[in-house]
Amino acid sequence: MLDNKEFLVEKILKNYSGIYDKPTAERLSQLKRDKILHPVIYVSMGTCGMIAGAGKTKTAVEQYLEKNKVDAEIVVVGCLGLCAAEPLLDVQLPGKTRISFQLATEDKVDDLLNSVFHHHLSPDNLLGQHKNPLLEDWPNIRYIDEIPFFLHQQRIILRNSGIISPYLIDDYLAHGGYKSLYKTVLNYTADKVCEIVDTSELRGRGGGGFPTARKWMVALGTGSDHKYLICNADESDPGAFMNRGIIEGDPHRVIEGIAIAAYAIGAKNAFIHVRSEYSQSLSILELAVKTAKSYGFLGENIFGSGFNLTIHIRQSAGAFVCGEETALIASLEGRRGVPQSKPPYPAEKGLFGNPTIVNNIETLANIPAILENGPIWFKSIGTKESRGTKIFSIAGKAEQTGFIEIAMGIPISKIVNEIAGGVKNGKKLKAVQLGGPSGVCISVKDLDTPIGYESLQAIGSSLGLGGLIILDEDTCMVNLSRYFIEFLQKESCGKCIPCREGTKRMLQILDEVTRRPREESSHETLERFKGVMELETLAEVIRDTSLCGLGQNAPNPVLSSLKWFREEYEDHIFDRKCNAGVCHDLRTFVIDADVCNGCNICQKKCPEHAIIGSIKLPHFIIEARCTGCGICFDSCKFNAIYFK
Amino acid sequence: MKEILDRILPNYPPNKNDGLLPILQEIQKECGYLTDEILSEVGKYLNMPANKVYGVATFYDQFRFKPRGQFHIRLCKGTACYLHGSATYLNELEKQLRVKAGTTSRDGKFSLEVAHCLGACESAPVMRINDAWYPKVSPQELSRIIRSLKEKTV
Amino acid sequence: MQFNIEINNQQVSAKRGETIKNVLDRFGIHVPTLCYLEGFTPTGGCRMCVVEIEGITGLVPACSHQVTEWMKIKTHSPRVLKARKTLVELLLASHPDDCLYCESSGNCGLQNLAMEMNIKERKYHGKKENIQIDNACPSIVRDPAKCVLCGRCIRVCDETVGVSAIDVIGRGSGSRIGTSYNKGLNIQNCVKCGQCIMVCPTGALTEKSGYQAVIDALHNPALFPVVQFSPTVPAAIAEDFGLKPSKDLLNLLRAALKAIGFRQIFDVSMAADLTIMEEAVEFLDRLNNHGKLPMITSCCPSWVRYVEEIKPQLLPNLSTTRSPQQIMGRLIKNYITSSAGQKAEDVFVVSVMPCTAKKYEANGDRMKDGSTRYVDAVLTTRELARIIRLMGIEFSGIEPEPADTAFGMRSSAGNLFGVSGGHLEGLLRTIQYISTGPDTNSIKISELRGLKNKKEARFKFGKQFIRVAAVNGLNNAKILMEEVAAGREDYQIIEVMACPYGCINGGGQKLNPDEKNLKSRMKALYDVDDEEMIKVAHKNPIITDLYDKFLAKPGSTQNKELLHVSRNIPEAQ
Repeated sequence: MLDNKEFLVEKILKNYSGIYDKPTAERLSQLKRDKILHPVIYVSMGTCGMIAGAGKTKTAVEQYLEKNKVDAEIVVVGCLGLCAAEPLLDVQLPGKTRISFQLATEDKVDDLLNSVFHHHLSPDNLLGQHKNPLLEDWPNIRYIDEIPFFLHQQRIILRNSGIISPYLIDDYLAHGGYKSLYKTVLNYTADKVCEIVDTSELRGRGGGGFPTARKWMVALGTGSDHKYLICNADESDPGAFMNRGIIEGDPHRVIEGIAIAAYAIGAKNAFIHVRSEYSQSLSILELAVKTAKSYGFLGENIFGSGFNLTIHIRQSAGAFVCGEETALIASLEGRRGVPQSKPPYPAEKGLFGNPTIVNNIETLANIPAILENGPIWFKSIGTKESRGTKIFSIAGKAEQTGFIEIAMGIPISKIVNEIAGGVKNGKKLKAVQLGGPSGVCISVKDLDTPIGYESLQAIGSSLGLGGLIILDEDTCMVNLSRYFIEFLQKESCGKCIPCREGTKRMLQILDEVTRRPREESSHETLERFKGVMELETLAEVIRDTSLCGLGQNAPNPVLSSLKWFREEYEDHIFDRKCNAGVCHDLRTFVIDADVCNGCNICQKKCPEHAIIGSIKLPHFIIEARCTGCGICFDSCKFNAIYFK
Repeated sequence: MKEILDRILPNYPPNKNDGLLPILQEIQKECGYLTDEILSEVGKYLNMPANKVYGVATFYDQFRFKPRGQFHIRLCKGTACYLHGSATYLNELEKQLRVKAGTTSRDGKFSLEVAHCLGACESAPVMRINDAWYPKVSPQELSRIIRSLKEKTV
Repeated sequence: MQFNIEINNQQVSAKRGETIKNVLDRFGIHVPTLCYLEGFTPTGGCRMCVVEIEGITGLVPACSHQVTEWMKIKTHSPRVLKARKTLVELLLASHPDDCLYCESSGNCGLQNLAMEMNIKERKYHGKKENIQIDNACPSIVRDPAKCVLCGRCIRVCDETVGVSAIDVIGRGSGSRIGTSYNKGLNIQNCVKCGQCIMVCPTGALTEKSGYQAVIDALHNPALFPVVQFSPTVPAAIAEDFGLKPSKDLLNLLRAALKAIGFRQIFDVSMAADLTIMEEAVEFLDRLNNHGKLPMITSCCPSWVRYVEEIKPQLLPNLSTTRSPQQIMGRLIKNYITSSAGQKAEDVFVVSVMPCTAKKYEANGDRMKDGSTRYVDAVLTTRELARIIRLMGIEFSGIEPEPADTAFGMRSSAGNLFGVSGGHLEGLLRTIQYISTGPDTNSIKISELRGLKNKKEARFKFGKQFIRVAAVNGLNNAKILMEEVAAGREDYQIIEVMACPYGCINGGGQKLNPDEKNLKSRMKALYDVDDEEMIKVAHKNPIITDLYDKFLAKPGSTQNKELLHVSRNIPEAQ
């Protein structure tokens, strides 16, 4: 009798026809947890789940099982993508479909489990049931994939996320994992792999959109003995968390993708560059690499093919600019993460002077499916220019936050209105910010643009890494641009003048626009106006002359918001007014004379002596003196002060 | 400190610069921060001029050169958190705890760090105190957290 | 492979592998640069040399971008000019407005760029950053506020000098060129060679000035100011005043120094003769009595500091003979002034050196006796030129003045110390004399001559053969020493000079020298050797006189204190 590992490797992995005899199919369905003997309880314990209290939920489940003497298996899974609904608690009873509860904090565990075990589901916290034709449905309960958040998704990379355990390699194997690697190293030459990926027209998901296989072919063609593959999983963009979702949901898919890519370019060493903040992703990856090695999927002579691969995991030390491949290479070499001029491209001369391919984690995670289903299948998804799917993380003022995988070509409006469920608290949508800090804000007018490399470029945007942030009407676009520029100037490496000095000046100009000095001489006002007039020129020069993508794209937030929200800039500059009330310095406070009872507290507290009035009579604010600090607003006990 | 270095350094090949960042990360994990002596010792081990080591260490956000406070507060200033008002939270924390971002209070009780993104945007605004997460912090909750922090003794 | 490219609508031919700048230079099209440094790999950091290429979205740097066939380049299109101008304006935004008082005014890369771009007003107003000036080091002053972060100093310190005393610290707009742990240059591994000053386009790196101390001393009637100058100074000073190098420069310099107000003038070359005498004996002693070999010269203070700070295992190899500046300083104070009836503390000895490290050497413990310093101030060649101008001396018009003092005589061997290989050549002449007797006045070792970083020769005296090497540029010395440490035993003497090609290109010389300058400075020294009668140190009558009257025999223990240093050599390693 084979043990599970042997069974999965010998009977499943090595049989890539997918046609199994009856006993094999029987056992596989047990390992896939389609057929179970005891109840299985799934706790979603990705970072988002943990933050929402999944750790305590799990303890509560354990206590419940012990107290009630229920014999059940607990499986820890990654995030399904619906981060806002965490912690998720799924229960699967033998013969029945898996049922999912949202917001299952520890205090709710007992009730929820009771309801399942007594076959009496209450609608509270119920998310839905996972569709499975082999199993009996719960009556009158919606399927998960009918929920708007999932309805429009097409999950290839995230297929297993939230379904299988990232800690168990057997789960991945039972779901067909590592078959592509096996097929590849035993049947295909490196050239053939490049050709397949080339046919699939997969393009880099790291932002640039360069055809992946073209890059590989350059490295393959160099004939060097030492080549490297670097998987960039640093995320780097603030406000994005797709990479975390991929790693924590299905780490072995990433490893399989890396192994195939390394085989295709002839690399014996691969690096995964992970953000150091993601402690959970790190430990999951470390475990996954270790187990993959112990199964013989990594290391020496993989599947007896003579192909060797070692995967090294490196923590990023925190520098946004290391998203640029030459800077990333410098940091892996133990140097300052400063970009180099290209050419030479890393594919010719990269890490330690050897040919190096830097691929985004999402690009690599696509590879196993492409080899499994063939390039034609992959080409059938998405649009003509942009094949396949794209993962987005949705954050900001969305009703539903989380990460999703959609086929290219879906209009942005669909993501915003249907998948994300629109804007939180019924507010109006102002814009969608795409592509991280150096991305652009897409105005409501362009919302029907389909997702894709060229289509987004046509409206002056770019696909970016996939961070999608929803901005509601309360957002001040000038302030937000200032925030992005502040971020970029802090993250500039400092090597080239336009980026180092230019972003600093842009920040200064935006500071002057969004702040109000205590006193400003007419000369200073003139200088401020001159600065504002220079903003566009400066932005163009920075874009034209910067050495790397960080600098070249740094003016994007300003240029795009200037284009679509120019009137907001004008309000700030000429009227010194921030309609969204975000720029604190530009607020003007007013005392409502009907409410003010003349308690005199605000007058005492005002540092600018801008409030006048006698005790027990309504007070007034002298607008010219007010600096908008808000102390009076905070100190008024009668809500008599408001700002405009 | 010497004992930590003696334990960590031999795991890396000497004279190979690519070990620098992992070494510094591992040391910081144990010591909490990096001192001039540590950098000099690592430089000697890797045969790198002290200056290069210092140049590299100061380039990356991760490395600290001052000890952390007993309560190490990390406030996220990622885009999602910023939209949810984390900038005002920062002002509040600085004012209430009397500690500037990027520094440690004089009594060593608090250190405040602004993270460029903690990668937990669904929980915005989010902060961490030591290892604990504080998701979706409301202004009321923030004052509660600050109050309880102030009450704790060194 | 040759192909055509188009520059500003003109077809020109280019070769594969050439950068755009290479081609532009060949056709005399000037693009401004800031971080570009001849002979170093371009970093493409300053973006000043950007040009427009048809089909490429952004502008590309000419210094690092290679030409490809049919490339269409615009070097001065409106877009390019606007970009360049903006870049300079950005640099000026936070640059201190003190050009009038700046050391580099008139010789400043940033100033030139601002003029070239016709910048007439400050467009961006940055906050002036108040960063402390690092002036703890006796040789070099760093003013980070004036730094434009071009990184040239770092590249020179890394690649030519090989000590990496400075690097970029921090990131982004907060980055600074600095030292480890933000401490001063003084306690670092810096060897004070001043090569960084030579490449700094602004006034961020300058020598620590000895100017005021010298002026004060000249104006103080109680003091007796005397001066000693290095053999490379005459040619370099002449260059500064636009004179063609010729033999009489030496006497012109003497006249100028006299006119400035120095009471007596000494040529350091004479002390170099003494160095040769002692070193020759020291070497023969090492050779015959199984002393530590190879013997490595110790005249270059940067090199000595490098050994002391970074490679102490080489200390036993270092010659113990004092450097000419040290010897001369001692001689002047101890002997000559007593003969002139001056008290030692009233004598103010000024050295004029092509070197910033000599300032550090003069400041060291080996250069004082109690509280009396042997050398009171060191001027670089640049500083001397400034004093000559201050004093209103028409350098080309003054009457040359021959050597007047008792120490004015020197051999041309001592004179050769200024160029890499020259010290060795002079030394070998005397070694031959001491060991084999008959005079060989006309020894000329051509293998040791020329602008090369490493020169070596086989040298025969009597029945013995030795192999010698002269290496310049500290990084090249470092590489050679690694070979020696790894067991290379075929060298018996190695001459090291920290600056590329020796003192003719020292860190105290005129800024931005080109190869032509260096060649003419070198030629000036070898011309003297060709034309003068006394070509060996041991024939210098003053040297023989000194040994007769004041000193014991060369190499004897009585001379140890005066002419040699004692070093604490670490336990055997």
